[in-house]
Amino acid sequence: MAVCVAVIAKENYPLYIRSTPTENELKFHYMVHTSLDVVDEKVSAMGKALVDQRELYLGLLYPTEDYKVYGYVTNSKVKFVMVVDSSNTALRDNEIRSMFRKLHNSYTDVMCNPFYNPGDRIQSSGNLGISLSCRAFDTMVTSMMIQVC
Amino acid sequence: TARIAPGTATAAAGSVADLLRASQLPPETLHQIRELCGAKRVGYFGPTQFYIALKLIAAAQSGLPVRIESIKCELPLPRFVMSKNDGEMRFGNPAELHGAKVQVPYLTTEKNSFKRMDDEDKQETQSPTMSPLASPPSSPPHYQRVPLSHGYSKLRSGTEQMHPAPYEARQPLVQSEGPSSGGPGTKPLRHQASLIRSFSVERELQDSNSSYPDEPWRITEEQREYYVNQFLSLQPDPSSFISGSVAKNFFTKSKLSIPELSYIWELSDVDCDGALTLSEFCAAFHLIVARKNGYPLPESLPPTLQPEYLQAAFPKPKRECALFDSYSESLPTNQQPRDLNWMEKTSVKDMADFPVPTQDVTDDDKQASKSTINEALPKDMSEDPATPKDSNSLKARPRSRSYSSTSIEEAMKRGEDPPTPPPRPQKTHSRASSLDLNKVFQPSVPATKSGLLPPPPALPPRPCPSQSEQASEAEVLPQLSRAPSQAAEGSPAKKDIPYSQPPSKPIRRKFRPENQATENQESSTTVSGPASVATVKPHPTVQKQSSKQKKAIQTAIRKNKEANAVLARLNSELQQQLKEVHQERIALENQLEQLRPVTVL
Repeated sequence: MAVCVAVIAKENYPLYIRSTPTENELKFHYMVHTSLDVVDEKVSAMGKALVDQRELYLGLLYPTEDYKVYGYVTNSKVKFVMVVDSSNTALRDNEIRSMFRKLHNSYTDVMCNPFYNPGDRIQSSGNLGISLSCRAFDTMVTSMMIQVC
Repeated sequence: TARIAPGTATAAAGSVADLLRASQLPPETLHQIRELCGAKRVGYFGPTQFYIALKLIAAAQSGLPVRIESIKCELPLPRFVMSKNDGEMRFGNPAELHGAKVQVPYLTTEKNSFKRMDDEDKQETQSPTMSPLASPPSSPPHYQRVPLSHGYSKLRSGTEQMHPAPYEARQPLVQSEGPSSGGPGTKPLRHQASLIRSFSVERELQDSNSSYPDEPWRITEEQREYYVNQFLSLQPDPSSFISGSVAKNFFTKSKLSIPELSYIWELSDVDCDGALTLSEFCAAFHLIVARKNGYPLPESLPPTLQPEYLQAAFPKPKRECALFDSYSESLPTNQQPRDLNWMEKTSVKDMADFPVPTQDVTDDDKQASKSTINEALPKDMSEDPATPKDSNSLKARPRSRSYSSTSIEEAMKRGEDPPTPPPRPQKTHSRASSLDLNKVFQPSVPATKSGLLPPPPALPPRPCPSQSEQASEAEVLPQLSRAPSQAAEGSPAKKDIPYSQPPSKPIRRKFRPENQATENQESSTTVSGPASVATVKPHPTVQKQSSKQKKAIQTAIRKNKEANAVLARLNSELQQQLKEVHQERIALENQLEQLRPVTVL
């Protein structure tokens, strides 16, 4: 039950960011932005050890009063950040992991399309010719926000 | 049955719907048919839409994809499960259909629609048919006049089936009787037809799984061949993949927008691996073609385009495929001369010994193989190792030219040209001129070089001996088209002319007055008309009988055959020599090996 999902590119700009509309979106944007520092910290800490054994799932980045922020980084330094509601205690680590895994799969589907330029925003707006995988990505994120998957 | 429509300007939607349902097609198909025939656009089922709809029903029932191109084919009659109906309808070409509107007295035959050649509907749709003319969908402005009365005259008898090659027969009649008001309706169809002409040599397609309702997404045999050729041009091994970037470059040439291409990719890359297998590639290509023709892209990959389906439907080994392609390419595009094919075939056999040219021949580019043959022959005399590189580079060059630049762009942009343009004659011609073949054969057969050129050269005693080859080429083209008994060749000639037009234009100008003098009422006026553009030059000998030209053609054919025989003999001799040289070389190397240890020690 994520309240916000974001995909950050290697250069730390957002490729995709979406939050539940009822909330103040700007707050989430800030949270995601600040979480990037934590991600970098974790990545660099891990990276000193063994790069190839680096875990993709970063775990809880930092908790706030209302929310918890989880992170995940791919091998190409693309970061997924997920903000979940703290009150949702039913969410366990495994579930978060599986959510990230699904996100990663959808993301790779988007990447597979040679007409997608890495670094483009993952947007499925527009007329005919909406990227199917972007739409799939969107749908996946929506489903994540609605329920735990 | 007269109850259905004919009298009224618009068919009652209810009765049309009944009729459509009676055709027992799945509802999606009917929906597509309804869309395609323009009823939605117009808002009613006018005669135009109605005829198109009926034609599409016939197409769908015979398993053809439901689109405008299908109805150009010779179709069996649509079958309707209705009590009163025998189900016999005779449909001419939709172009003829449209022309019916204009040729009012001939309208009667159009109305054979559900009936058994009744004449009662004669007067019925004369004026109302004019109104729907504006309604047929507008399409890219690739207009060609359609001679409509020709088709009509067939229909009028009422007893004839559609002649099997309406277009080929119609070509000579182009412009002779094209009524202008039939234009708007026919033009879009004509455009589609010209696009489909090279797609569908075989008119009737057998489809085992007729249960699929998505007819426009079915790939015909010819399309499949074409797609496979394109795949092989990008990736020689048909069982491996085309990477994403390669495919991206290739499909970008189709000038579709990036989002659309991206969408098509995602539809077709089923396994989402960023690469396209042969089946995926065919599906993607098919979608691109469909999109180019104006079809909206489907929400999901139609079942007929699924890779499993495609693989099951078209299991062909590469070699068979390629050889077939190289020959079938020559058939629909009759531009390539018969003697060229013969030469090809003999050289294919001869080439069996050559390691390098063999693989070239099995490739689908006939021009490449041709050029490798050309290159191989003189090069055998000189150096063997050089051959592979040169032939490969040569192969690459015409291939890139013919496939990447000409085929896609022509297919996509210029609808009037067939999507599989054969290798451009002027390119082979220019390359051929640099070959030793000229020196070899010039004394014997001056025009043999043009054996590489598309049409068999006639050798009339004309001035301009330096350009005799090109001249004869130009000469023969109008001759071919002009010969009244060879009406069927009119279309190959017509196709010849656009292709060989650029190089032979200056030469053709000289012969233009002669052409004009000899062809008066010939139906192929337009064939040479557009070909010759420049100023008229007075020609000394003008009047030639067609029989003389025929003789000239025959002599030319004979001479070409002789030249071919000579070339084949030469080829085999050279191969013999090559073998001997090989053996010598091997022997020498052996000797060297034996001697070397001795000297070292």
